[in-house]
Amino acid sequence: MSFQRYDYDVIANWIEPGERVLDLGCGDGSLLRYLSDVRQVRGYGVENDPERLLACAKNGINVIQIDMEQGLAGFDDGFFDHVIMSLSLQAMRNTQGILAEMLRVGREAVVSFPNFAYWRHRQAILNGHMPVSKNLPYQWYNTPNVRFFTIADFDELCATEGILIRERLAFDEGKVIVEEPNFLASVALYRLARQG
Amino acid sequence: MQAQSVGNVVPQRAHFSTALPLKSGGVLPEYDLVYETYGTLNAARSNAVLVCHALSGSHHVAGTYAGKPGSEGWWDNLVGPGKPLDTGKFFVIGVNNLGGCYGSSGPNAINPATGKPWGADFPFVTVEDWVDAQARLADRLGIERFAAVVGGSLGGMQALSWTLQYPDRVAHALVIASAPKLTAQNIAFNEVARQAILKDPDFHGGHYYEHGVVPTRGLALARMIGHITYLSDDAMGQKFGRNLRHDKPVFSYDVEFEIESYLRYQGDKFAGFFDANTYLLTTKALDYYDPAFDYAGDLVAALGRAKADYLVVSFSTDWRFAPSRSREIVYALMHSDRRVSYAEIDCAAGHDSFLLDEPQYHAVLQAYIDNIRV
Repeated sequence: MSFQRYDYDVIANWIEPGERVLDLGCGDGSLLRYLSDVRQVRGYGVENDPERLLACAKNGINVIQIDMEQGLAGFDDGFFDHVIMSLSLQAMRNTQGILAEMLRVGREAVVSFPNFAYWRHRQAILNGHMPVSKNLPYQWYNTPNVRFFTIADFDELCATEGILIRERLAFDEGKVIVEEPNFLASVALYRLARQG
Repeated sequence: MQAQSVGNVVPQRAHFSTALPLKSGGVLPEYDLVYETYGTLNAARSNAVLVCHALSGSHHVAGTYAGKPGSEGWWDNLVGPGKPLDTGKFFVIGVNNLGGCYGSSGPNAINPATGKPWGADFPFVTVEDWVDAQARLADRLGIERFAAVVGGSLGGMQALSWTLQYPDRVAHALVIASAPKLTAQNIAFNEVARQAILKDPDFHGGHYYEHGVVPTRGLALARMIGHITYLSDDAMGQKFGRNLRHDKPVFSYDVEFEIESYLRYQGDKFAGFFDANTYLLTTKALDYYDPAFDYAGDLVAALGRAKADYLVVSFSTDWRFAPSRSREIVYALMHSDRRVSYAEIDCAAGHDSFLLDEPQYHAVLQAYIDNIRV
């Protein structure tokens, strides 16, 4: 996807060389490949789709096939420096559970997701249709997404769950959006930690 | 490339006259190992792959024996030109383990000290002993470091053990349908199998060779029990269901249900060629294997020595070596900072899945093995 490059750069900037990194829903492993190239991370991916798992194996990255909806039992507390979930949170049912698990096994969590309140999405709804865009490329009847939320919603959830937002970057068309991100940004990236 | 057979193969024999100290405290003063090789060892001697066999396997991993139709090796679908373990790239070795009954020193071989079959006097051998013996064979063949050690089930335990006993001599380990140690339930199945053999009147304390008999009833029973645990409930149901030979109950203890016929056939066939003492020894080797035992049960600590990269594979319907057991290995390796990948293959065939060529399974093996540099 076209926004991947800057998505990857932002994430790489949040990671120190040589860190232990876990990528949940790692797809074909290209983010981990990138992070091991530019940050020499010890990376592990989690993926439950057989095709994507195979792509990871071909890519030569460490991939572990488990169902994240069941949590991360088996992963030790605080083992990872960063636990990443790139553009997958909206496809998870157990949102609070996985966020808690990410911050249990990782010192920090990195989460990115499409902002459903992006102005083009609002426009689509006003015109009577569910949004379909570069970041939401599915029709309502075939989308893998099961949670539809906005930057404002996620900020609220973090407050409720005692999750500290260390950094938040919002983007549209690869450009950082500072003003009115909940209206003008199509994608948001968060760096999260446990409160206290 | 079209997958091909390695063609006709001939087993080889290596004699070792240096005593092998065993984990039990015993010693094998001298011993033979029978093995086969496929492909060619490259000039750098960097392309060797060891395939370790499970309970009833042998050195005959791939290829056929001249003039013997149906003599394909037990993992022929894995090894050969164009197959995941491509013999155009790798030099693949299969070894019959010590205590086996296919030509390597074992209970049915002659004890040089007495001139009679070892029988029950053959010492207990463990996974670690097998690995030590395999390492000596590797020395003999001029292989300092394996590109990979591969095994399923008990063979997976050997692959794992290789990386702990000889961390500098293994680049990759493929641990398939295996476990870091058996559960109590798993040992229980082995114990029932052993009791069936030990209680057979023809067993004669393990010295049945001298009596000119074989404890076939016990061995067949042992195999029947094992066989049940290698298949999934679903696979058995699909294959046999409640099918009746006479289409209705005839109230007899003869074969009525098709599953009875199948199990009896498998048991009798196995008892016709396998050695009962080898079955006893090998199930004990399974039971004893526990690399974390000397580390107060801490598998992560036990894996601290390892330097290899790993691929761990399990099968969804395998309840004898369940996916959860493979995950124990995966998490321990990850927490030891080893490179590890793990695939859980959806396959209906239970533990026996590891011998099949289910497409996703072989695709994952192929993808991983293709990235192994030689």
